[in-house]
Amino acid sequence: MKLPLLYDVALSLLLARWRQTLVAAIGVTFSITMFIALLSFMSGLNQLLDGLVLNRTPHVRLYNEVKPAPQQPIDRYTGSRQHNFIRSIKPSDELPRIRNAPAIIAALRRDPRVRGVAPKTQVQVFYNVGTVNLTGTISGIEVEQEDRLFAFGDYVVAGKPLSLKTVANSIILGKAAADLMLVGVGDVVQITTVKGNHVQLKVVGLFQSGLLDIDKVQSYTSLATAQKLLGEANNYITDIQVKLHDFTLAPRLAKEYAKLYEVQTIDIQTANSEFATGTFIRTLISYAVGITLLTVAGFGIFNILNMMIYEKMDTIAILKAIGFAGADVRRLFVVVALAIGLSGSGVGLLCGFGLSALIARVPFHPASLPTVHTYPVNFNPLFYGIGAVFSLVTTYLAGFFPARKASHIDPVVIIRGK
Amino acid sequence: MNTPALEARQITKYFDDPVRVQVLHGLTFALARGEFAAVVGKSGCGKSTLLYILSTMDTAYGGELLIDGVPMRDKNEADLAQVRNEHIGFVFQFHYLLNEFSVLRNVMLPAEKLGKLSSQEIEHRAYEKLKILGIESEALKSPNQLSGGQKQRVAIARALINDPLIIMGDEPTGNLDKKNGEIVFDIFKELAETYHQALLIVTHDTEFAANTHRIIEMEDGRIINKPVKQDT
Repeated sequence: MKLPLLYDVALSLLLARWRQTLVAAIGVTFSITMFIALLSFMSGLNQLLDGLVLNRTPHVRLYNEVKPAPQQPIDRYTGSRQHNFIRSIKPSDELPRIRNAPAIIAALRRDPRVRGVAPKTQVQVFYNVGTVNLTGTISGIEVEQEDRLFAFGDYVVAGKPLSLKTVANSIILGKAAADLMLVGVGDVVQITTVKGNHVQLKVVGLFQSGLLDIDKVQSYTSLATAQKLLGEANNYITDIQVKLHDFTLAPRLAKEYAKLYEVQTIDIQTANSEFATGTFIRTLISYAVGITLLTVAGFGIFNILNMMIYEKMDTIAILKAIGFAGADVRRLFVVVALAIGLSGSGVGLLCGFGLSALIARVPFHPASLPTVHTYPVNFNPLFYGIGAVFSLVTTYLAGFFPARKASHIDPVVIIRGK
Repeated sequence: MNTPALEARQITKYFDDPVRVQVLHGLTFALARGEFAAVVGKSGCGKSTLLYILSTMDTAYGGELLIDGVPMRDKNEADLAQVRNEHIGFVFQFHYLLNEFSVLRNVMLPAEKLGKLSSQEIEHRAYEKLKILGIESEALKSPNQLSGGQKQRVAIARALINDPLIIMGDEPTGNLDKKNGEIVFDIFKELAETYHQALLIVTHDTEFAANTHRIIEMEDGRIINKPVKQDT
């Protein structure tokens, strides 16, 4: 009986000043709308930008760089007793392969923390364009694994990625390189390996990463073709790319694998530290702006309630005189504030969703991202939750202090003042 | 019927702003049920101050206040609000109706706050009270559509809705013309005599005071005489 009466009185107070109520509610609506739209859009952009690099980067990469052995044979002889002055030591005639790669791959695939493993063989080549040679890199890949783990197919703008597997001696050329060589899908390109072999490969697709420098040199072929180009056996693998279930484990696992398999490793965090920083800063800025908007809306409610309380001094005094306690009056004005906050944020959440949906339909054709056609928007329910909770907390606080003041109004002072 | 509706024992009151001044000097009196008393005195003699203390709205005083034999001293703010709601009806010089609500709703509000009856019963009672005061036809209007005299009668109806023990008035006829003042006086008298409610009315109107059962005359914070008239 008591609470409904308070709601009723609160509603009457709100309706009596419906213009101010509307302005306050619109303030909340606006801030929630902007909060949702801003966070959804920013987070969508973040995901896009991160995906540009991070999705294509293995969480842990195992490789073997050509370098002299840290423990040279002469050191074994001299030890700590004598010095040797041999300079310019050269590495032995060996390609940068990972030894015993098939066994390592099999072991990694059994690791429960690993989502997938994609082996890769890098080959340095020259693309022959008439008499001109362009330098390039061909990566031999397992297409299915590459597509599953690194969305390889998204970046193939012409032809089919799976043709690498079905067509013998095929290649997917970088788009920029293909443009330089004036070839398209179905044409044949000639390449020269570092060992001097000439090989003809059929173009089955074009690849565009969005980074021009990469597209000029990078091409893809199947693992077997790459091994053939090098004249190596089918266990010749230069890189093992590992994708984890939880990429935050990458730095720890990178160390573990380096020790276990005696290879060099690099984790995604080390390789792309600037991206994580950028993402963090952008998220921080969007939250800061969003929360500022909500706080400003909170001050709006605070002002309007303060004004309402000054206007309604008589009403408060008479309510107290006829038997409303201070706590009732406080509850009354908190209800008023929450009503403004609830209605404002409810509409704001809907408008925020609408605005996000609208942004998600705006055409956007970044050259680097062939699969993206509209602005990226992340419709994460978490943002709506944060918006709703924060708006309720703000409006409650904005209402609580004026309401407390109202509850302390002394009816005698008001009534005698007349 | 033996316990007085209201009993004041050695009520003292100081104003501290700007200097400490004693405004009430140990007032002691009792008001029986059905008694219609007028408090008179010059401006500034402390009659309104006394009334606000007796109404429990002002709690900064010395001495004892008993309403229906229950001491008010150790009650907290919420309990006092409850006492005001249930046992005290207040009529001010200014009507203090809430313009957000209809006349009927204004009258109903204290009963809704008390929450002892269903809203249909409360509405029925509110109509009854408005009928006693002869303004039931205005029930659904907004208070600002009424004349001054009608507003004051609505305020009285609101004071009556919970059948309070005591009705207090701070110059309830002060803003009314002679005719309306007489109507209000007759209503008060009827309340005291027919419904046995105690009335304590602060007034400047000597004619009004003279027709009550009892005049409590105050001067400089003291009661100077307590002539008790015979019940008519």
